[in-house]
Amino acid sequence: MSNLLRRKRQTYGFKGGVHPPDNKSLSAYKQIEKAPIPKRVWRPYIQHTGIRTQPVVKIGDYVKVGTQIGEAQGYVSVPTHASISGKVVNIAEIDHPVLPTRTLTCVIESDGQDIWEDSIKERDYKNFSKQELLNIIRDSGIVGLGGGAFPTYVKLSPAKEKPIDTIIINGCECEPYLTADHQLMLERAAEIVEGIKIVDKIIAPQKIIIAIEDNKPDAILIMQEAIYQEKKYSVVKVKTQYPHGAEKQLIKSILNRIVPVGGLPFDVGVIVQNVGTIYSIYEACRYNKPLVERLVTVTGSAIKEPRTLWVRLGTPVYDLIDFCGGYTEEPGKIIFGGPMMGVAQYNDELPTIKGTSGIIAIKKDDLKIDPEGPCIRCGRCVDTCPMNLVPCELNNLIHKKDFNRAKQYNLLDCIECGCCAYECPSKIKLVHSFIFAKRELKLLETK
Amino acid sequence: MTDIDNQKITAKELWVSVSPHIRSKISIPIIMWSVVIALLPSLIGSIYFFGFKALFIILLSVISAVGFEAFAHFLWKRRITVFDGSAVITGMLLAYNLPPNVPLWIPVIGSAFAIVFVKQVFGGLGYNFVNPALAGRAFLMASWPQIMTSNWLAPSSGFLAGYDAITQATPLTLAKVYRTTEVFQHLNSWPVIKNLILGNCGGCLGETSAVLLLIGAIYLLIRGFISYRIPLAYIGSVFVLSLVLPTRLSPFFHMFSGGLMLGALFMATDYVTSPINKKGQWIFGIGCGVITMLIRLWGGYPEGVSYSILLMNVATPLIDRYTKPKVFGERKK
Repeated sequence: MSNLLRRKRQTYGFKGGVHPPDNKSLSAYKQIEKAPIPKRVWRPYIQHTGIRTQPVVKIGDYVKVGTQIGEAQGYVSVPTHASISGKVVNIAEIDHPVLPTRTLTCVIESDGQDIWEDSIKERDYKNFSKQELLNIIRDSGIVGLGGGAFPTYVKLSPAKEKPIDTIIINGCECEPYLTADHQLMLERAAEIVEGIKIVDKIIAPQKIIIAIEDNKPDAILIMQEAIYQEKKYSVVKVKTQYPHGAEKQLIKSILNRIVPVGGLPFDVGVIVQNVGTIYSIYEACRYNKPLVERLVTVTGSAIKEPRTLWVRLGTPVYDLIDFCGGYTEEPGKIIFGGPMMGVAQYNDELPTIKGTSGIIAIKKDDLKIDPEGPCIRCGRCVDTCPMNLVPCELNNLIHKKDFNRAKQYNLLDCIECGCCAYECPSKIKLVHSFIFAKRELKLLETK
Repeated sequence: MTDIDNQKITAKELWVSVSPHIRSKISIPIIMWSVVIALLPSLIGSIYFFGFKALFIILLSVISAVGFEAFAHFLWKRRITVFDGSAVITGMLLAYNLPPNVPLWIPVIGSAFAIVFVKQVFGGLGYNFVNPALAGRAFLMASWPQIMTSNWLAPSSGFLAGYDAITQATPLTLAKVYRTTEVFQHLNSWPVIKNLILGNCGGCLGETSAVLLLIGAIYLLIRGFISYRIPLAYIGSVFVLSLVLPTRLSPFFHMFSGGLMLGALFMATDYVTSPINKKGQWIFGIGCGVITMLIRLWGGYPEGVSYSILLMNVATPLIDRYTKPKVFGERKK
């Protein structure tokens, strides 16, 4: 009973959500390994939410690891860096793993040496001012590594009239299959805490909360030990429930604050940062190391030896899968990100980018879905929608091409978490319909 | 190409779709067959109380419902989905709403109307605007009122009952027709209420035993296939209204008599024809309760459950429109 009461005081939870089988055991508790340095990398000039970067290298240029190859344009943009040393062999419009169009991409061929920029070395960062730290985070090209890929320095520069009192460090990792953040917390807890201290210095909030789902009790313990001396920091255990890692849901769950429609966490005095991002911030500040590698969970039923890898950004998927023993059988789907919100790829020759938290290859047998049936109005989608929408009604309106009514039914507030489509007994492709309608609405508005 | 390259498994053909890439195992057949399972205790009860003729009527109703569904699918060239269990439910519920001693052609005609004219004409599963079984019953009531309002049997405990049929009026008919103090006193007495709860009383095939219906409904509640809102609002409002309104019968009599339990637990909760929003479900349940009590007290029929649900079915789109939930983050006005 006392246990129950304490839990209740700790988190408030949020409405809706689902509990898909998490399949995390495939790759969990495997030591993080470094993926081999690829022969060739593809570095798209847009890997973040915001404005595309401008190339600053030419075909034929020699680059080292950490050489800036793309310059930030405008406020919501961060630079791109070379992730291997070698020669720029091409700069052309090439397929992008996440965006629906071809984008300008820099192709670098390795010289096999792995020479790093001279400026990348350990230094004393403790005396840097707030602004210096922010500049480092911007110039290192750091974006939210949870999947959203929003430039981190923008997130860490709240407007003056919106004071921040709480920072939430997101270690929920609510997507099934993914184990990268979990493994990072187990192996690099001390470094994460150093990273949190940097963020603490920049924002100076009243408290910092590390949120971890209760299916990772070992990570909770390790993080609790790591922050033992810091009174301002705390670890909060949240219920395992997808999508607990979504910003608005996490804020509601931990602080019982509701981010207004169309608003940002700033509006309720909160900043949410992923643990992986925090680790990159630490590396950037301490070693002056730009974002050239990240943790990627390579897993799924079609992968021989699933594991979590340090991957040089731009490494093509087939290299990583080869390193993980190859396919057990022909995969039916390759997904970038988690299975609930990730993007299915049409081949395995696409590069990993800053927002790639996982690569999941699933057997064809595991993907069999019954044909779409009629909506029986069971209301399971309404119950699971964390945004409190009425997905089935929205879908009906979209099928009638009544996009404006769909907008009145708050279509634009859909976060595309996939709970409704996951839960639908008729296997209706709800998220598909919503993404389509959002695009149609955008077209209508630009006309 | 070397041999090694040939042996290596490659991703030749990948499926591309929008997320989510995994789906839950719950499907329409799983939900529908669970409802059928939930209706089984009452099926056994009806055989116990009314003899094997009850089983014949139910089987006949189910087989004709499934048959007409298959026929309609074939006729309209639809995907044949008769095995999803929805026609079985309609057949069972229709039979549960028939007097035990009806002629055997009644369930066949009722199923035909329910499946072909109420369900398939409007587009099949998911598109009917009223509950097919209830619409089938209403059709039979309007066409053959004599058959549908007599033919009651006294329940004789034991599986061999029914061969020496004794006709007996339902408790609600008694209350409607014989309005004397003695009758009311008798109906409010514990033995009568107890028999209503157990099912040892006159009535339609599947509606008599409250306890067996509740067992089925609890199974569905635990599996998460129905919500408590509509049944609670429905039965609760009947209970409260029977305290407030000038009825001379006890709230418990109103709760357990007639088709209220069957209606509230299995027919008002029909997904297709009940509101999808939580607030709407409360309104729907309360509306059903109010109309039921109005018909029971002042209407021409002794029982009002089926018509109250049908009326609220028609109001469902309207209720849904006005009970749109507030989006997460929308300011309360």
